[in-house]
Amino acid sequence: MRRLGFLVRKEFQELRRNPRMLGVVLFAPVFQLAILGYAATTDVKNVPTIFVDADRSTESRDLIGRFEGSPYFSVIAVTSRDEDVNEALQHRTAWLAVSIPTGYGRSIADGTPVTVQVIADGTDSNSTTVGLAYATSLIAEKAVDVALARLGSRGLALPVGSLDARTRVWFNPQLLSQWFMVPGVLALLLMITTTVLGAVAIVREKELGTLEQLNVTPLRRWEMTVGKLLPFGLIGVIQVFLVVAVTVLWFQIPLRGSFALLFGLSLVYLLCTLSLGLLVSTLSNTQQQAMMTAVFFFLVPMIYLSGFIFPIENMPAIIQPLTYLIPLRYFLVIVRGIFLKGTGLESFWPDALMMLAWGLTVLTLATIRSRKTLK
Amino acid sequence: MRKALAVGRKELWQIVRDRRTLMILLFIPAFFLGLYGYALNFDIRHVRLAVMDRENNHDSRELISSFTNSTYFDIVANATSMPDIERMMDRGEVRAALVIPEGMSRDLRSGRVALVQVLINGDNANTATTVFGYAQAIVRGVSAQLQLEMITGGQLAPPISAEPRIWYNPELTSTLFLVPGLIGFIVMISSVVSTSMSIVREKERGTWEQVRMAPISNLSYVVGKTLPYFAISLVSAFLIIAAAMLLFGLPMRGSWLLLLFTVSLYLVGALGTGLLVSTLVDSQSLAFQVSLLVSMLPTILLSGFIFPIASMPAPIRAVTYIVPARYFLVALRAIVLKGVDLHVVSLELAALGVYASGVIGLASARLGKGKA
Repeated sequence: MRRLGFLVRKEFQELRRNPRMLGVVLFAPVFQLAILGYAATTDVKNVPTIFVDADRSTESRDLIGRFEGSPYFSVIAVTSRDEDVNEALQHRTAWLAVSIPTGYGRSIADGTPVTVQVIADGTDSNSTTVGLAYATSLIAEKAVDVALARLGSRGLALPVGSLDARTRVWFNPQLLSQWFMVPGVLALLLMITTTVLGAVAIVREKELGTLEQLNVTPLRRWEMTVGKLLPFGLIGVIQVFLVVAVTVLWFQIPLRGSFALLFGLSLVYLLCTLSLGLLVSTLSNTQQQAMMTAVFFFLVPMIYLSGFIFPIENMPAIIQPLTYLIPLRYFLVIVRGIFLKGTGLESFWPDALMMLAWGLTVLTLATIRSRKTLK
Repeated sequence: MRKALAVGRKELWQIVRDRRTLMILLFIPAFFLGLYGYALNFDIRHVRLAVMDRENNHDSRELISSFTNSTYFDIVANATSMPDIERMMDRGEVRAALVIPEGMSRDLRSGRVALVQVLINGDNANTATTVFGYAQAIVRGVSAQLQLEMITGGQLAPPISAEPRIWYNPELTSTLFLVPGLIGFIVMISSVVSTSMSIVREKERGTWEQVRMAPISNLSYVVGKTLPYFAISLVSAFLIIAAAMLLFGLPMRGSWLLLLFTVSLYLVGALGTGLLVSTLVDSQSLAFQVSLLVSMLPTILLSGFIFPIASMPAPIRAVTYIVPARYFLVALRAIVLKGVDLHVVSLELAALGVYASGVIGLASARLGKGKA
């Protein structure tokens, strides 16, 4: 135990001598979370729209005005040349083009039907679908007003009501993407920084040639692994406090569940990420190799397959089992549960248990591997 | 130039000796694209919908069929009560519900607002937001359609109708949108990661002093350091693009030459970013942290890869202008999916050029300080 204490002290001294590292690890995630938390939204708003107005009448200006007044669209240009549509869509300065034909205003006055073309850039499939549906409904609403006016001009009046959707969202009533994404970004940032810390821990000593020295000390293997991890664990704990503070104070996302539970399970999560880093460290000979291995074999797959952005239930059946190998998957369920639903262990104990088992397994593997490398 | 080549040769040797790194850089990216392009999709199709129709007449059926005519919703249950719906939502049997109140048509015909309820499971906010927007738009559309029927008695064609057309991706599959984004991400990560340690490694190993003494200018040194990675990354980038075409039917509607030029500019910027990181830090472990923090999440979240930049708040939109992937994705999608010419993407290419020369310039300048 005393030997362990010495190693921990040595690691701390090394950290102290490298204050920039500490600064980056502690504050960069806070800063990133504060910015990135805002970016992730799939809301369809301000869809850039270009108008080809071949009519230039009061009626055509009225239609354009309806798009301008809608929060879903932002009219970027009104032109009279068809080529501009091509260019704007190709360049994606506009996602949607509405083309008003010549004679549009006269047709409305005469009472002959007229068609307005709506062209959408289909590359972003979801935004297109929603934007197109809004555009169609906006035009239909204009048609209703025209029909009503026509009725009125004949001295007739008809009580016309409308349908309105009252939308209620379960589990996330404000439907703020932030509520969903910020806890995810939090988990991801913790994973990246702590895995990297662990990943260089042993290989750095190898590269600098000091591993041999550690090798000849009476330090046991598990003492070595644990001693390496403890200081990083402490950094991780401080990080947890900082990012949770940003989430609650800056984004005003209420922590509905228990903080103690969140904290305890964050420790289990840190055990996973740090042990993973350590395992990578024992598997590599140089820091560059450690970096490549960590990034390509672990971090990137974990980001994409954990359900952080892409829903797991959308993945093909063969891929879905793979996601059970990812501790981030469990931690995402846990943080989102604690933050958004206020649930406790009773609802996600299997996830917590799986995460713990994963962490312990990987820690054991890393300890065994470090023994091998040292011999 | 000869000196730059000499540095390049030395660096190349170092890479080739480290078999694992070389293999990772060359082949893993293409493998990744295959895996993720297959695994990931954003398609919102067949959302399981429960319907509770208390009205059961022409109008309500009209509304229901507009929900099912889109590929977004599948009716899987007819609910008879609210607790029924709540139970199905809680159990996850349905992810959305449509409740049509009794008297909807009466309200509509007497000039009142009839409230239709739409319930959505919000546990994945990304999907829910899209479903939410779409459901809102459907109800508005049906509302206008029913109003028109009332006014014209269903006899006449509507005075104005919209004719929608979808260009470039008429089937509206998300794969064609995501694959270019994945290409941008993978290229960025592997480039930044590969160069971010290159200079600081020399510092840490003490070979930096030798480089300092060598009669070579900063720029040639930086160019020499970047060249081998540039060659490797270029090969790997085109392997990815080839994989995307073979596996996911990514079309190639534009010019290969323009694509090569765009990819090269982006690569130089990405490699330069790694180099700049390498000159700014004093240990490999710090280089590791910083390079991941600057490249990974910003490229996913701030580039328009997944989340539309137009929907972001203004200050965040301003931040996206310094993310090179933002320009690359616009250019890449335009070239492969839309077959555009140089002049359409010239602004993006100029931005990529500015970024690349900026980071390379800064890296050489930083190096100068270290050398002096």
